[in-house]
Amino acid sequence: MVVAKKSINFIAVLVLALFSISSYGDDAQHKPGNKVDTAEEINEYIAHHLKDSHDFHFYTHNESGTHYSFPLPVIVWTSNGLKTFMSSEFHHDDAGKVIVNKDDTKLVKLHSKIYELESGASSINFDEDHHATNAHKVLDFSITKSVFGMLLTGILMLLGFGALARGYKKGKTIPKGFSRVLEPLVIYVRDEIAKPNIGEKKYRKFMGFLLTVFFFIWILNLLGLTPLGFNVTGQIAVTACLALFTVVIYMFSGTKDFWAHTLWMPGVPYILRPILAVIELVGFVIIKPFSLLIRLFANITAGHFVVMSLIALTITLKASFGPVVSTGMSLALSLFIMVIEILVAFLQAFIFTMLSSLFIGMAVEEHDDHH
Amino acid sequence: MDQLLHDFSPGLFFMQAIILLILIVLMRKFAWKPILDSLQSREDGIQNALDSAEKAKLEMQNLQADNQKLLQEARAEREEMLKEAREMKNKMIEDAKSEAEGQANKMIAQAQAAIEGEKKAALAELKNHVAGISLEIAEKVMRTELSNKDKQLQLVETMLAEKSLN
Repeated sequence: MVVAKKSINFIAVLVLALFSISSYGDDAQHKPGNKVDTAEEINEYIAHHLKDSHDFHFYTHNESGTHYSFPLPVIVWTSNGLKTFMSSEFHHDDAGKVIVNKDDTKLVKLHSKIYELESGASSINFDEDHHATNAHKVLDFSITKSVFGMLLTGILMLLGFGALARGYKKGKTIPKGFSRVLEPLVIYVRDEIAKPNIGEKKYRKFMGFLLTVFFFIWILNLLGLTPLGFNVTGQIAVTACLALFTVVIYMFSGTKDFWAHTLWMPGVPYILRPILAVIELVGFVIIKPFSLLIRLFANITAGHFVVMSLIALTITLKASFGPVVSTGMSLALSLFIMVIEILVAFLQAFIFTMLSSLFIGMAVEEHDDHH
Repeated sequence: MDQLLHDFSPGLFFMQAIILLILIVLMRKFAWKPILDSLQSREDGIQNALDSAEKAKLEMQNLQADNQKLLQEARAEREEMLKEAREMKNKMIEDAKSEAEGQANKMIAQAQAAIEGEKKAALAELKNHVAGISLEIAEKVMRTELSNKDKQLQLVETMLAEKSLN
């Protein structure tokens, strides 16, 4: 763990150095040519960042309005079937103004969502709540920034842990180089998370899921702290999917004992048993996965929000404190929160895996003592 | 809550499910299984090595105890042998001594018997010799004495006198 800690510290310093630089460049992303300098614009900018996006944006040059970004493929299921094109066709528009016409299917992008205009409509109309009146959302299977981040994480994991596995296969019992950092982490998940919660006998079957999820969440959380600006684990769809996997796994691996205790609790008066069954079922099917998905989503989203808001202090406090003081305060506070966020990145991955294994442990537990 | 539901993207959910599923399958096959197997076998190896070291230590101790015992036994045996030898030596000396004594006594007795025999023989010879000499002398005396009639008579008379005295 000492080695891992050192490398995390190193990454932290690197991340901080890069994050503060790029954030200045990022400021003008929403409205090219205009600086983001009012509270509303900052809020909008942060809200935009927290959402998924269809292109990979690095920064925008203010004076020329040039975007430094690369497009990602858009794959949508419309009323006329599957449509694919590159996101560059929207020309960085996010207000529903640019209409992409694909075989008479008119598509617009509005607040990072792709809408299909109803037939006959030539531009998008809004009601007073800023909801589109003549367009509907489409099923969006695009390789968005989040999907790109997940693929990147998957490749990183396959490369890193694949190398560790190959090292063992070559007959080296002690791993070398970066694998030496990964090995104690795998052992940590196995010995501190899986074994105590699931039990020595049954933990092996669930290691594939637990290890994958642990490193998947951790790496994505850390990627979210880099200037690349991923916010994958802050997407509710992503955390919901992770939680769903946990539910499916513990529901399908539940022992007879588990179901007996859930649906027909022994040792309790018969009248209470159906009530208990409802409570237990609601707990296992809804409350537990919900707590998993909301915890991860809220922590990461809040982290991003706080870090970005603190970085924005340099703009919002400039009027009252002057540029030097506001920048200094912003730097000190965001540095402090960033360090905490690095801890949170690990902690949330740990808690998700820990709770998943705890729930799995409950489902596969053998009750020797019948009450 | 409304905002959350609005932000929920079914497409992203679907993509995430597919990616996670594929990732779990791939990671299981190419990473976790070999890694966990190797870790397990390495830990088993370490455990085995520790166990066998412990066993070897115990065996060593047993062996040392055995050695000690053997040594003790050997020492006791040596002691026994020495004692036996010493006893034997004493007995032999004792035996030799008593035999020699017996022999000596016997020889002395034989010598004494021989001396006695010789003495007797010598005495007998001396007696015979003395008797012979006496007879010779007596014969000579008689001859001289009885060569004349006076003397013979004188003798008869002395003898008769002696007889009467008795």
